Amino acid sequence: MSRWHCPGCGYTYDEQAGHPREGFPAGTPWSEVPVEWVCPDCGVCDKLDFELVEAEPLEEG
Amino acid sequence: MASIVSEQSAAQPRHWRDHKRYAWLLGLIVPTLPFLAFGLVEITGLGIFWLYGPFLVFVIFPLLDLAVGMDATNPPDSVIKWLEQDRYYRWCTYLYIPIQYAGLVLACWLWSSGKLSTLDDIGLAFTMGMVSGIAINTAHELGHKRASSERWLSKVALAQSAYGHFFIEHNRGHHVRVATPDDPASSRLGESFYAFWPRTVSGSLRSAWELEGVRLNRMGKSHWSLGNDILNAWAMTIVLFGALTAIFGVVVLPYLLIQAVLGFSLLEVVNYLEHYGLLRGKREDGRFERTAPEHSWNSNSVASNVLLYHLQRHSDHHANPMRRYQALRHFEEAPQLPTGYAGMIVTAAFPPLWRRVMDHRVLAHYGGDLERVNIQPRARKRVLARYGSLVAASAGDGVAGGGSAGVETAGGGSAEAQR
Repeated sequence: MSRWHCPGCGYTYDEQAGHPREGFPAGTPWSEVPVEWVCPDCGVCDKLDFELVEAEPLEEG
Repeated sequence: MASIVSEQSAAQPRHWRDHKRYAWLLGLIVPTLPFLAFGLVEITGLGIFWLYGPFLVFVIFPLLDLAVGMDATNPPDSVIKWLEQDRYYRWCTYLYIPIQYAGLVLACWLWSSGKLSTLDDIGLAFTMGMVSGIAINTAHELGHKRASSERWLSKVALAQSAYGHFFIEHNRGHHVRVATPDDPASSRLGESFYAFWPRTVSGSLRSAWELEGVRLNRMGKSHWSLGNDILNAWAMTIVLFGALTAIFGVVVLPYLLIQAVLGFSLLEVVNYLEHYGLLRGKREDGRFERTAPEHSWNSNSVASNVLLYHLQRHSDHHANPMRRYQALRHFEEAPQLPTGYAGMIVTAAFPPLWRRVMDHRVLAHYGGDLERVNIQPRARKRVLARYGSLVAASAGDGVAGGGSAGVETAGGGSAEAQR
């Protein structure tokens, strides 16, 4: 499971969690997110701008 | 939760004070307008004071902008994080909403009382239009935040102007397509406010509906479900207007509608001046370049900035839409309006004056290169005829050359804040 983050605002798309409000249920792989999808938080960056974040152990907060 | 590092960087700065800190409370003058108008009419006995709202926005604030002047100072980078997490600033915006609705109840009571002449009733509706229009600015600040409580408050603030679809279209439509021909809310060179108004009102509505449809479709839901954020935001307006009509009588309904149209028109005239003629270039792969400071018109006029929660520091807002108003910065490379938004709104009402004030600024921003300007297609021939020869003539005496130098800096698009 990989995570992708928006270089503009830091929003992170986590494949494990998906983004149900956007219509991507938990487990939706990044490859199934449409190419025209834009960052749901800032709207400045689109999917192609997103950067892969190395898999990290879950931080408990 | 917050790591030690972020807690440290969010610590209160020792040697810096926010000189606008308490000025933000002045923004609350707007929702108190019906109370002020009522008081002034009672004291003076003059019905003209029902128009106090438009008088404040269209006369007092343009003059205040000229009198108080500009402030281009920025908070140092080291305090931005602290500034953003200080909850005091949020409360300055939250407080707008209860006062806004207390004022609406007062207005409905006045409309239904029969004490006012029809002309006074309409004057009061104009004042309420200023409150609901500037409430869209409050909603705008809240609607950009991640917290669902703030997004909900944003919808509540929009209920009075019946513009609930704004927070969908603005965040997901306008911010994505800003300064491109595809954005209904980015005005074009040669387009008057009166031509822009129907295009942005209908285009934004259509776009919001489509965007929400795409999202709901992915979730396997229909447009016609309560999950539709446009429908549930409009439902708030229906409940609000319905309740006020039930309490105060059907007599208030026409005035509620007048103030709503005036309210969203005030927002749309602000939209008109924020990106006039500006156009993002294309990348090699055909996508528009990322939104940069050069793609919005700005102003550092203090009075309007305080009134509108730094909305005039619009370039930083588009580059960093999540940034809270108190932390928005002035960028040297961003195009500047000659005066504050209040004065520019008045200018936009007179298209020949607007063209005289703004068109040459757009041309200078692009070094006279009309190919880089967002031109109204219908006006293209006229614009080229008028300015094409002007640019050619001025190229000889170096004016266009000076402009291109300016464009190089603007074209860099670097988001360096002024120190």
